[in-house]
Amino acid sequence: MTEKYGIIASFPDTPSFFHAAEKVRDAGYKKWDTYSSFPVHGMPEAQGQARSKVPVFTFLGGITGFTVGLLMVWWMNAYDYPLIIRGQPFFSPVFPFPIMYELTILLAAFGTLGGMFITNLLPQHYSPLFNSDQFLEVSGDRLVIAIEARDGQYDVVATRQFLEEIGGTDIEEVSA
Amino acid sequence: MATTTQDSSMDATQAALLAKVQPIELHEQPLVTNNRDFNWVTDKICRIVETKTPTWWWICMAVALMTASFTGLGLLWLVSSGVGVWGLANPINWGWAIVNFVFWIGIGHAGTLISAVLCLLKQGWRTSINRAAEAMTIFAVVCAGIFPLFHVGRVWFAWWLFPIPNSNMIWPQFRSPLEWDVFAVSTYGTVSVLFWYMGMIPDLGVLRDRAVQRLNKGVYEGGSAIANKIAEGMDHFRKNFYAILAMGWRNAGNHWRNYEMAYLVLAGLSTPLVLSVHTIVSFDFALAVLPGWHTTIFPPYFVAGAIFSGFGMVLTLMLPLRALYGLHDLITQRHIDNMCKICLGTGSIVGYAYIMEFFIAWYGANPYESFAFINRAFGQYWWAYVMMFSCNVFTPQLFWFKKVRENAALVWIMSIFINVGMWFERFVITVTSLANDFLPTSWGYYSPTMVDILTFFGTFGLFSVLFLLFLRFLPLMPIAEVKFVMPEADPHGHHGDEKGDQH
Repeated sequence: MTEKYGIIASFPDTPSFFHAAEKVRDAGYKKWDTYSSFPVHGMPEAQGQARSKVPVFTFLGGITGFTVGLLMVWWMNAYDYPLIIRGQPFFSPVFPFPIMYELTILLAAFGTLGGMFITNLLPQHYSPLFNSDQFLEVSGDRLVIAIEARDGQYDVVATRQFLEEIGGTDIEEVSA
Repeated sequence: MATTTQDSSMDATQAALLAKVQPIELHEQPLVTNNRDFNWVTDKICRIVETKTPTWWWICMAVALMTASFTGLGLLWLVSSGVGVWGLANPINWGWAIVNFVFWIGIGHAGTLISAVLCLLKQGWRTSINRAAEAMTIFAVVCAGIFPLFHVGRVWFAWWLFPIPNSNMIWPQFRSPLEWDVFAVSTYGTVSVLFWYMGMIPDLGVLRDRAVQRLNKGVYEGGSAIANKIAEGMDHFRKNFYAILAMGWRNAGNHWRNYEMAYLVLAGLSTPLVLSVHTIVSFDFALAVLPGWHTTIFPPYFVAGAIFSGFGMVLTLMLPLRALYGLHDLITQRHIDNMCKICLGTGSIVGYAYIMEFFIAWYGANPYESFAFINRAFGQYWWAYVMMFSCNVFTPQLFWFKKVRENAALVWIMSIFINVGMWFERFVITVTSLANDFLPTSWGYYSPTMVDILTFFGTFGLFSVLFLLFLRFLPLMPIAEVKFVMPEADPHGHHGDEKGDQH
């Protein structure tokens, strides 16, 4: 049983890598990705990807933090155990503001990090790509495009030829 | 508005003007010098953690551990006998502990400023220093946290500060700025760790992949059989250690898309956070009705001072590291220039605040306020005021001169002066106001005891231990971000080396 993950191809420099990504997008492939050890400016557009959904998680975290801060101070200091201190009111939206502010930021930050993990489907224990010695070189300076076998348009011969046409070198089939 | 309507006519006049002026081509200093390539950057930064531990590291670690033990000793002494062993006595009940807390928290601010504020301002030069500065922030917050924790007196009740009901089912009291401070500092520490960790994920992936590459090759030669075995064992450790921390990161375009968004959002969250932390620290003082503390200038003045001291500490740490690891192509003169200029800017704001405090004390026509400030400069603590003023106001002014900024040894010495000066600033603020308050009969003079001194001295050791561990096990610089600002990373082609900055 020689199940294949897909085909990887390398590109010599950032511009050719970037333009190759645009061509893969235009060719209509869906299950593919670019791999580089640094973020390439404008790559999401070149790959035809939508805006990241991470801010949604940030917002949810932030709104939770704000509400928790507000309710916590009210419940603890004005409802559950009110104490007279310097004749100050038991509750006001003003003095708990630093608490609400800090908790908003705290939970928004957790939301952001969590959102990054969720949207990226991380942590991931295993990826077949790492079986390729060439792919490991991505951490240095190799720029790789991988088209996965589960893509509807995938064809061992045609896809390999397509990657060659758009300037890919060191083309390798990666087993799953 | 006028410029948009005149656009078409501008071309002719502009051309004529340009022909007349003959402007010279401006070359931006590249952020990575000597035309280094991606592999060089990866190798340079990874080798710091992959090669054999240098001898100086062991020596520094031994010294740092011994120094840190002073803090342990001081705290043990304190807990076993009570806060009386500190130099606190009426009316001065906020002594070195609070001074040291504000000092360390202030140092932390540069890390977040570099990683968050400079990220939002698209300052490409932040890339090579932000990781170390963030590490500095976290370790400084650790050192800072010790002092208020033990200053509560009965440290085993410190959990009462958190919103957990204590033994009498009483909740924390949120009308006190000290409780706000608990939230501000703990949020700051936590968010700094999150930001630091998230920024490190791609680089941890790089370290993991490099260990796997070496293990796949399986060539461990050049030493004795045992040395080779140890080298191989270390790579097995690295493979697993970094793999767990990197969470399966695989440098995909899709990963980068979400990661970059998350990074930007975290930078946007950390910016108001870093400004709020020292603001809330200053509320500890400003919300008390004590002349010298009760001023509205405190929040901006504290924040500027924090950034000033933080950049001082970044320079103190980065200049020796640059020399030890030969990082001159990554931390260039341009980086040092920029850091010096930030010290100059924030130092000048601090100097302005010192003078403005005096002006307001006079202009406010409050005799207690006037006395407090005259007493600060000419009273029993005049020597602390002189230290503060000369280190914080005069030292950074030397950074106007290019010759000074280019002399690394001099910059390093000046950065130490900045640290010393900022410690004295906190001493002046905390102690002078308390020592001579409203009733002359209750005035006092505060001196630290040996326990105070040992505890504070030891925190430098603790800080160094943590920082040395960071140097040895984690990537010192964000490799991906350094690559991102290199001309080779430009997807639209680069022309020679004229473009040094990101576009």
